[in-house]
Parts: sequence; C-alpha cells; structure tokens
Amino acid sequence: MELKRIALIGNPNTGKSSIFNHLTGLNQHVGNFPGVTVDKKSGTAQLPSGRKIEVLDLPGTYSIFPRSKDERIVIDVLRDAKNANHPDAVVVIADASNLKRNLLLFTQVYDLQLPLILVLTMQDVAEKKKAELNIAALQKQFENVQMLYVNGRTGEGIDALRIEMDSIQPHTSREKFVDSSVENLLADKSAQAVDAQKRFAEIRKLLLIIQHKKGSNSQNTTSEKLDSLLVHPIFGYVIFIGILLFIFQVIFSIASYPMQWIDGTFLQLSQWTKGLMPAGVFTDLVAEGIIPGIGGVVVFVPQIALLFFFLAVLEETGYMSRVVFIMDKLVRPFGLNGKSVVPLMSSVACAIPGIMAARTISSWKDRIITIMVAPLMSCSARIPVFTLLIALVIPNEQVLGFFNLQGLVLFMLYALGLVSALLVAAVMKFLLRSTDKGFLLLEVPSYQLPRWRHIFITIWEKVRIFIFDAGKVIVAISILLWALASYGPTERMNNAVQKVELAQAENHLSQEEYEKQVNAVKLENSYIGIMGKAIEPAIAPLGFDWKIGISLITSFAAREVFVGSMATIYSVNEDFEEDNSLMKRLKEEKHADTGQPVYTLASGMSLMVFYVYAMQCMATLAIVKRETKSWKWPIIQVIYMGILAYLAALLTFNILS
Amino acid sequence: MSITLKSYKPGQSGHVKSITANGLAPKLVEMGIYEGQLLKVLYRAPLGDPIAVDVGGYVLSLRLDEAALVQMENEKL
Repeated sequence: MELKRIALIGNPNTGKSSIFNHLTGLNQHVGNFPGVTVDKKSGTAQLPSGRKIEVLDLPGTYSIFPRSKDERIVIDVLRDAKNANHPDAVVVIADASNLKRNLLLFTQVYDLQLPLILVLTMQDVAEKKKAELNIAALQKQFENVQMLYVNGRTGEGIDALRIEMDSIQPHTSREKFVDSSVENLLADKSAQAVDAQKRFAEIRKLLLIIQHKKGSNSQNTTSEKLDSLLVHPIFGYVIFIGILLFIFQVIFSIASYPMQWIDGTFLQLSQWTKGLMPAGVFTDLVAEGIIPGIGGVVVFVPQIALLFFFLAVLEETGYMSRVVFIMDKLVRPFGLNGKSVVPLMSSVACAIPGIMAARTISSWKDRIITIMVAPLMSCSARIPVFTLLIALVIPNEQVLGFFNLQGLVLFMLYALGLVSALLVAAVMKFLLRSTDKGFLLLEVPSYQLPRWRHIFITIWEKVRIFIFDAGKVIVAISILLWALASYGPTERMNNAVQKVELAQAENHLSQEEYEKQVNAVKLENSYIGIMGKAIEPAIAPLGFDWKIGISLITSFAAREVFVGSMATIYSVNEDFEEDNSLMKRLKEEKHADTGQPVYTLASGMSLMVFYVYAMQCMATLAIVKRETKSWKWPIIQVIYMGILAYLAALLTFNILS
Repeated sequence: MSITLKSYKPGQSGHVKSITANGLAPKLVEMGIYEGQLLKVLYRAPLGDPIAVDVGGYVLSLRLDEAALVQMENEKL
C-alpha cells in the first residue's frame, strides 16, 4: 500500500513522544491543525524500503472522545477521511504495565476500521509488576493488527516497527470489538460512559486469557518512598521551593559564562567587520545594526536552554504531576487549578507555550484566568533585562553566609511575579461569572529517570523556536532602531551639531570631547530621541530618563529587545574602537541636568519592577487573541498590566530613593 | 445513602458500586473507574484534597468533589 501518513496515538505517559523522536530524529516540525489551536507535531520517518512517510504525533489522550479542546482534534483527524491530516494508518502506543486502561483507546481506534499497529511499551515495568503478557494470544483476538514491543528509552524494537510500517496492508472491514456508532456516541455523553464500561468488561475477559499474573500486584516501592517525601505536608512544599531556588541559582551562575563569551565574540565580530569593510552606511548597518542584533538573540540561548532543560527533567521524571497534586488545593482559592501550575511554570520560560499549555484545563473560567495571569510569571525574556540591571545596581556579595545577593534579588523578582499572578487571579475569580466546574483527574506516573535524548530534542525545539521566531523580531527591531537612532529630521540634526561646533570654537574642546558631544546631540535629535523625550515627563516619576523611555517603547515588541535597544542606543553614541561594553557605558551614564548617575538602586529596581508587570510582548498578545478567539482578553491584559507596572514602579522608586 | 470514595482514608480499599450520573461520568469510566473496579486510596495531598488512588495498577489523583461521584460497595477493606 502506498502509505503517505501514519498517526501515533496513545495515553499520556506511554512513551509515545520518545517513539516519535526515535522515528523522526530531528526531522520534525510543529505546525497547526486548521480551525483549532492544538500544536500539530509531525515529522518524516525513513522506512527500510527507502520510502519516506509523514509521522503525525497526536496529542496524548485516554479516549477518542474529547473531554477538552486539546482532545477534540483526535477524533476529527481519525474519523474524517477528508480531513487534511487524516492518516492512512495508525500506530497505537500502549503501556504494557497498565494494559487494561490502555486497551480502551486501542479498541476504540480498532473499531474505526483504520489499518493498525499496536506498540507495547514499558515491558520492563510490566515485568516488575509480575504481569506476563502473551502477545500472540492478544494478536489472535484482533484481526489484521501487527503487535510488537518497543522500548522508548533504548529504542529497542524501533527497527521492527519501521519494518511493520513498511508492510502495513489495507484490510476489509473488521468485526467491531464493541458494536456502537461513533456518531451516536459523540452526541451523547452518557452513552460514552456505557460504551466505555462495555469495552472494559470485554477487555477484562480478554486479559484473563492473555495475561498471567505471577504473584501480587506489588506497587513500585521506590516511587512510594519518594512520594511519602515529595507530597509530604511540609517537606513537599519545602522541596518544591528548594528545587525552584536551585534552578534559578544555577541558571544565574552557570549561564553567565557562555553569555559573556557570546557577548565578547559579537563585539569583536563588529569591530572586525568595521575594520575590513569600506566606511559607509552599509558597513554601519552591518556592524552597528545587524551584528549586535543577532548577538542580542544568541546571547540568551544558554539561559533558555538551561531553563527548558530543568522543566523537561521535572516533567520527564514524573515530578510535575506531584506538583499539580500538592498545589491544586492551594491554588484553587485563587481561581486556578492544579493544572494551572504547569502552564504557569512553563510561563517562567515563556508565556507563549504556557498559555498554549493552558488548553488542557477543561474549565473555561480556570483557563481564562490562567491565560490572563500567565504573562505575570517572569519569563526568560525578562532574564536579560533583570541580569543586566541586577549586575548594574546590585552588589555581587554574599548574604547570610551562602546566598548570592544578586541571585536573591532575581529570586525575589520571580516571587513578585508569582504572588501578583495569584492575587490577580483571585480578583478575576471574583469578577468572572461561570457555571461550569473544572475537574482534576490526573494520572500520577511512577518516577523514572529522564530520557536524555528526549530532553535534548525538547531543548532543541524550544531554542529553535526562540532563535527563528523571536529572533526575527529582535533582529528586525535592532535594525529599525539603528536606523531611527542614526537618522533624524535633517534641519534639527544640523542645528544641534552646529551648536556644538560653535561651543568648540569658544571653549577649545579636545577633538575627542567634541566628537562625543556631536554623537550625543545627534542621538538626542534622532527620531528615536524625539520619541523617547516625548514620553520622558510621564516616566520621570519612575526614575527613568528618555533613553530608558526609548527602550520601553521598543520593548513592546518583546521584552528582550530592551537590552538590544540599550546596546544599539549606546553603541551608536560610542566609538567602536574603544571597546566599551554596554555595562561600563551604563555605569557611567549620568543625568544631563543633575550629573547624578541614571542607574541607581532606586531607578534600577523601579525599572525591574516595571518589567515584572508590564505586558511588553506582541507575540504573547497574539497568542492570547488566538486562544481566546477575541481581542477583548489581550486588550484587558495590556491595560491591567500597564497600570500595575506604572503604579508598582512608582512605589518602588519612591520607597528606595 | 451509600458511601462514596470521598469517605475512604489512605490505606482503605473497596469496589466501585456505581458512578453518579454527571458530565464527568464518562471521564471517570475512561480513567478506569467503573462498576466492580477495586480502588485503594494511597495518600492525600498535604491539605487533604486531592487524593491519590490506585486504580488497578496505576495511580490517579482526583479531587474530593470527584471522589464523591464514585459510589462504593458498603465495605472498607
């Protein structure tokens, strides 16, 4: 059969993603299903015959009948042969250690009459549970279904799966496992419960034939021991906070080394380009606009990779579902749900995947609240802003013996975001009216060691999205900024430069001093200077000057643009040959009128607090619009977060100065 | 009035008698909670809610509200 597309389907935690990764390697991409907002993960697999086929990784589900928006796509794709993503064949991934529940989904797909392969995973766990499976006997019960074991961890059995995929045949319609109409069931929820019970009754009978239990069904005792600690009333929370603190400390201390190296490399590259190419507008564009712009993207990769590494490890080991378990009751008074905790924690990396992850929350109200507060969680785009400002205004000292003061301030900023998210959620719970009740019903998987290959692919995927999606915006804005900062109304520019020339004639300034002043007035009178000055009166009470104003304006595209903007603003104003890093330049920055440093503890903290609250991310707003299907929510988000940012920064500046 | 899963303490187990008709019923069945299934409460979250239940070899966490929909045979093993 000419097979073009094959779909993978299975319960969550069956190792489906590992098998997808083994089949496709890095040859995979993330897209969208038309009409809905679920991520479509697909890739290309090479079969032994040399053919290539598309492998579609459907979202993990317990049933083909949707209980949440995330699951709706499964039945749409499988049932409708005209659907653009309809597969020619399906691979059902089932956990052999929990066969009864996994076979429910398998029998549902079996009755859809699609060509089928059943892959059994977790054979090792099943053996530990002393459940011996007669796979040949199972195969006898289902017409035309190839069955095999695959170890998602080691990849054992993947080659056999490829061979099966290569030789899969169309078949005449099968006798249904349970005779029911999918159309009728889709319309009637209570009939779904009856159908599922019928299936379970049949599966039970089947398991008596195919499965031999040797001894008692003993639980994984290591998991039990770990759980007695990790969901402990006191230690559970202490450990959770400890893990978060550890992650932030590690990110802050380790990531700074590669970041400094990247920073230096791009600076050298800039200087080298300037020296090599003939002087002119094009050279300036490359050396002062494009190269620093790309550097400004690449420099965050170490932090983002580290963050996603830790999040993936927490997810992989099974700890994340314990977090849902211990946090559910705690966050419910705030209008959130245990499942909100994972989207909110993901928002610590980036609000965009966080907001998209909120789709698994079936209650509309819980979901909206999670989406609305997710951008308050400190995302990785804030890290460069915080990193720069902390290094600038917070001394690098040890406090209480072993805490790094800079790390502690970073932790406090994250905590401020979290607490604010909870408080806003509580207010929204009160304001939003809704009748539907959310549910939890979450599988708690046994602890397992992380699959490093799987984690590596996750990190690669996230970093790639950052570099190519966010990166485009950052580089584009860096170039735009360079242009806006280099050019201005001609007459105004000329007049300003003339004034400096006159001053030089009177005061006999040194050549160096003269050039600095010319550059300063040029920047001040460029288009960007005009914009920044226009908003200066509004932001002066927060301790910000017009240069910060410029960066605030450009940050509305994305927060991380702040640092790039600063670099561009100051590098235009600075002679490249002198090799002045951004940090040194900012430390020297003084208010023009008073001669006081611009970056003090008060103004630095005020700026950081502003960034905790302000909704400065166009991409997040676009996602919120897409997820809520309305401009209403993103607009409310911009306004409420903007007001919070202004008031909180005002308060911070006045307390500290 | 029969007892529900909600009243079970950690360590106690029993068989499911029926599921209260509710929008959540099909979801509970899909997760393996249906008539005749043996359930064992393993542990509770620090604040007493949700609870973790062994459902024929795997662990499911559910809220007390959800456990209240699960009618149990009149036994606590």
